[in-house]
Amino acid sequence: MISYGQHQFPGKLFVVEGTDGSGKSTQLALLHQWLKAEGYPVFFSEWNSSPLVKDTTKRAKKRHLFTPATFSLLHATDFADRTERDIIPPLKAGAIVLADRYIYTAYARDVVRGCDRGWVRDVYSFAVKPTVAFFFRAPLDVAIDRIVSGRPSLKHYEAGMDLGWSDDPEESFKIFQGRILEEYDRMVSEFGLTVIDASRSIERQQREMRMLISPHLKRRRSRSH
Amino acid sequence: MGRSTHIALLRTWLESRGHAVLDTGMTRSVLAGRGIKEAKTGHTLGRLTMQLFYATDFIDRLENEMLPALRSGFVVLTDRYIFSAMARAEVRGIDSGWIRSIYSMALVPDAVFYLRISSPQQLVERVLTSGRGFDYWESGMDLSLGGDFYDSFIEYQTRMLKVFDRMSGEYGFHVLNASRSVRSVAADLRRAVMKIVDDRAVSEDNVSPLQPLREKTPPSKTPVNLVDRNKKVLP
Repeated sequence: MISYGQHQFPGKLFVVEGTDGSGKSTQLALLHQWLKAEGYPVFFSEWNSSPLVKDTTKRAKKRHLFTPATFSLLHATDFADRTERDIIPPLKAGAIVLADRYIYTAYARDVVRGCDRGWVRDVYSFAVKPTVAFFFRAPLDVAIDRIVSGRPSLKHYEAGMDLGWSDDPEESFKIFQGRILEEYDRMVSEFGLTVIDASRSIERQQREMRMLISPHLKRRRSRSH
Repeated sequence: MGRSTHIALLRTWLESRGHAVLDTGMTRSVLAGRGIKEAKTGHTLGRLTMQLFYATDFIDRLENEMLPALRSGFVVLTDRYIFSAMARAEVRGIDSGWIRSIYSMALVPDAVFYLRISSPQQLVERVLTSGRGFDYWESGMDLSLGGDFYDSFIEYQTRMLKVFDRMSGEYGFHVLNASRSVRSVAADLRRAVMKIVDDRAVSEDNVSPLQPLREKTPPSKTPVNLVDRNKKVLP
């Protein structure tokens, strides 16, 4: 089994991370469009989307079946399926793969839930190391406002209600997101995450992303055959 | 080879002696059991995904069924433990260090009984008598071992037997010749279980990290904090 950092593929993997409401998904979608327009083969993989696992995850969330360890493992199962089927094969073929959320989401959430930091990293050690991993850092209150105002209600695990910090979902969510942000900040140096200031305009962020991505792209026009 | 038969017999026997018994088994978790079965039907389940699904299933049963039962003084009988998953992983070329780190919070069992058959041909007989036919996964068809289901089954089960034989030494399994009659095997099981169960005081501190019985490597990290669903985690 090849581990994180040891894979050697011709393709490129770009991932976005950040708290909910940081604008990362918007930025990734814009990047996706741009890369396609430039003529690159691009594939996209979203967190929690494996057809083999997502129904189980949905059911477990609804029925409150998770503990921190099983929450971690089932999400890792979903991630493994996407790694085996949707991430590695295109990378081997030389394509670009974009991922909305990556292993760092798991590291942040699962550790805040109480899982051992080393154990979670062991579980995900099969993951491909991204070419560039962007961390969209938004001020916490901005991110929280975006989510809380945009949704009718916060869900149980999303708000960290299983951790018993507060009976009020919104308060629990704020505490949860605050701790997640702390973990993300720690991981910037641990994993060499590229921090993007998410408080700036969408256009500025996108320009910065493209600038950081470009050196990794093979020029489409000057391919010699 | 008769695992569920023997668990049922042991259960009845233990209960008649006044013990509370929990029986549990691989892929029977509330959380992941159904998902695993569904995932297996399409034959697209990758090796790593399979392992993590099994691990999710195991940890769900460990935290929600086994640990509470053990704390309450139950005898827990399990149809397969982590070793079956480990063997399936190894035969699929998965790094055993990775598997062991995933299961680092598993309890060391009081006893592991390995119902050993000596050749895959004996397993073939069971397949024939059961009328089920050759199952894709039990035949190791995802490994592309060549040939049809039968050929693949023989090759796959041969490899599994080798791995189990090695693990039985490494982890100190009680090896029972499962080709004998149900009565003989059941008597051996009762004798072995009796030694463990009757003398043992109920202890609160049953949780210990899994280590192979031969090596004495201390755990390099603390086990995952197991959250009791009724308790709150300290922030």
